[in-house]
Amino acid sequence: MKTLADLSPGNESVIKEFLDPELALKLIELGCLPGEKIFFEKTAPFGCPIIVIVGKNKLCLRKNEARAIVVD
Amino acid sequence: MATKDNSTIIKVALAGNPNSGKSTLFNALTGLRQRTGNFPGVTVEKKTGDVFLSSEKSGEKIHLKITDLPGTYSLFPKSEDEKIACQVLTDSANIDFPDVTLIVVDASALKRSLLLATQIMDLNRPVVLVLNMMDVAEEMGYEIDEKKLERELGIPVVKTNGRSISFSKDLTSKILQSKSNLFQLAEKYLSVISDEKHFSETTNSTAPYSLLVRTAVQSKDVDEERKIFFRQFESKDNLERFERIQKLWYASVIVSSPRHKKNISQQLDDVLTHRVAGPVIFLFILFVLFQSVFFLAEFPMTWIESFFSLFSSFLSDKLPEGKWSGIVCEGILPGLSGIFVFVPQIALLFAFLAILEDTGYMARVSMITDRLMRGIGLNGRSVIPLVSGVACAVPAIMGSRIIPNRKERLITILVTPLMSCSARLPVFTLLIAVMIPQDANDGFFNTRGLWMLGLYLLGFLAAILVALVLKFLIRSREKSHFIMELPIYRAPQWKTVFLTAFAKVKVFLWDAGRVILTISLLLWVLKSWGPGNEFEQIEKKIIEHKSVLAFMNERNVSREKIQQHKQIIRNAESEKLEASYIGKMGQFLESAISPLGFDWKIGISLITSFAAREVFVGSMATIYGSTDEDISLRQRLAQQINPVTGKKVFSFASCVSLLLFYVFAMQCMSTLAVVWRETQSWRWPLIQFVYMALLAWFASYLAYTLLI
Repeated sequence: MKTLADLSPGNESVIKEFLDPELALKLIELGCLPGEKIFFEKTAPFGCPIIVIVGKNKLCLRKNEARAIVVD
Repeated sequence: MATKDNSTIIKVALAGNPNSGKSTLFNALTGLRQRTGNFPGVTVEKKTGDVFLSSEKSGEKIHLKITDLPGTYSLFPKSEDEKIACQVLTDSANIDFPDVTLIVVDASALKRSLLLATQIMDLNRPVVLVLNMMDVAEEMGYEIDEKKLERELGIPVVKTNGRSISFSKDLTSKILQSKSNLFQLAEKYLSVISDEKHFSETTNSTAPYSLLVRTAVQSKDVDEERKIFFRQFESKDNLERFERIQKLWYASVIVSSPRHKKNISQQLDDVLTHRVAGPVIFLFILFVLFQSVFFLAEFPMTWIESFFSLFSSFLSDKLPEGKWSGIVCEGILPGLSGIFVFVPQIALLFAFLAILEDTGYMARVSMITDRLMRGIGLNGRSVIPLVSGVACAVPAIMGSRIIPNRKERLITILVTPLMSCSARLPVFTLLIAVMIPQDANDGFFNTRGLWMLGLYLLGFLAAILVALVLKFLIRSREKSHFIMELPIYRAPQWKTVFLTAFAKVKVFLWDAGRVILTISLLLWVLKSWGPGNEFEQIEKKIIEHKSVLAFMNERNVSREKIQQHKQIIRNAESEKLEASYIGKMGQFLESAISPLGFDWKIGISLITSFAAREVFVGSMATIYGSTDEDISLRQRLAQQINPVTGKKVFSFASCVSLLLFYVFAMQCMSTLAVVWRETQSWRWPLIQFVYMALLAWFASYLAYTLLI
């Protein structure tokens, strides 16, 4: 099972599902829907959080939160 | 809609996602006719404003009362702010319950924004959809057919870029004509409600969805089973909504390639969040912010102080001498001066913060520092308040509102006053000068400067350590999330910047100002009366001395004699202070502070500097009777001998002890007043006062015992 945290910066993948139901609600609200493309732009200066682009919107989230997003 | 004085009052709520340009729209619509307050019982800021219109046809007057709701992504709240928005929209008993809701959506993030929009539509109340930030959407290559969108959604749609909107005829008529249409899902909710045991109240509400949302919010922390039920419901409901939104999006939006291949916002982000350049630029911006708040504010602050001191000496000349001229000149005016002197710093700090927020940079600051702050129980958003604390804790604590997590915000508020603020500077300067009479130059370093730097670093270290301790002491069920949108960069809106600074100043003057004024008056009362008739006798003596002085001035008595007589008056003034209630309090305190190497005179200064730390210097001058031309306060303090022990009062040990006391102690009623306002209880300012006092006492005790 591959999660967003396993991607390396500059790569794109598709959101499959979420492992944390509570986090999932927050992510869905922000437009991170299963089936959407997610682009891992880069990590923040101190290695965490990470910056991703979903649709045309930019989000940042901590690495442990990225581990809850399963990607293809 | 209520009618009053021939005008129809319509309550309008602005609802939308954070960063949807809602506040800009609110400012554009209401301008200066806006007020800042709190939603009842919580610290969430509430902005309301008025718009007066008259209908062209009937000449009927319309008064729109507009409330700017906290930004939210969904009606199912994830934070305290979001909860307010949800309560206002779903509870018809709420005083802010709107007649019409303007749903503000970011047109460049239309799909996501429509989630909240469709939820609000399902509440079955009049709504208008405002497509905001059209300029950004067009730049990204989105072409939105608002007529189609209007038809698909079944609600009125208005386009704007948020910056130039006014209450056009279009918007007004749409508000007046708006009728809500159900999103054709109501049936489903009705069946959910009637099937489930999770609802305590039965519905007679027009919108079952409203009941559903309300029950979900209420049962969030109460019942695990219900919580899971509603979570599952919410997730399913959201996914279904997005399916529908996807369809209607295809029907009404045309996507072409963006105007610029690589947009400016992306280029800015490449630099501003760069691994190396990012933190460096952040430090530079901090430096500029700190310098500005510290130094730019100094000029107006001096003007304000000299205005008040001129005004009070003018009044004390004009008013007949007595207690009641005293209450004005020594009580109220210095109190007001102590409040107004903070205005430049508050205005500047909040103008800067508004620029950072408005441009979208603030989100990046939080992102860059989150990793570092998390370790000590804080959040990326704690950085700005902590840094601003070096100028003044009052605006800094007000700035902690940007922290969404309650625990992290509380810790930030509790430790911010440990950062050495500008009011400590005069105290440090005086005491270091007393302690180190000749400025010894150890080659490159300047000893006094090193002491100063050390005291600032000590405050910073203390803030970090206390934050670490509080991280384990304060319990919170709230999970700390850091999922955040990084909005695109935009040029700052000067109107927003100005209005934000203005609103913060107004809130500070009114809310914190009342408390500061009260305590100043209390201090004055304690200073102007004393127990027994000892105090009155000294007072009479001073009046006699003063009339003698006036007589001597008329008769051209030699300068030396006049100086001598002035000294007599000064000594009497200091005796008077000793005999006053505050003097007695100082003497009473002596047993508590003598282990720290302080005498009762320092005790008085500690009490009076509670009004503001820098008052310490003035109090010392009064007590040691020195406003002399020929001998500075510094020298006079250095000469003081304790009559009992025969040793210097301001020895190295007692100076260090006193400095440490000022680093740690919470001697600032303005800060306490603001903490009370921000936490809505006396509990936290009290805890803060006690922990800082204990910290100060033990640090000073340790230093004094070791050094003596």
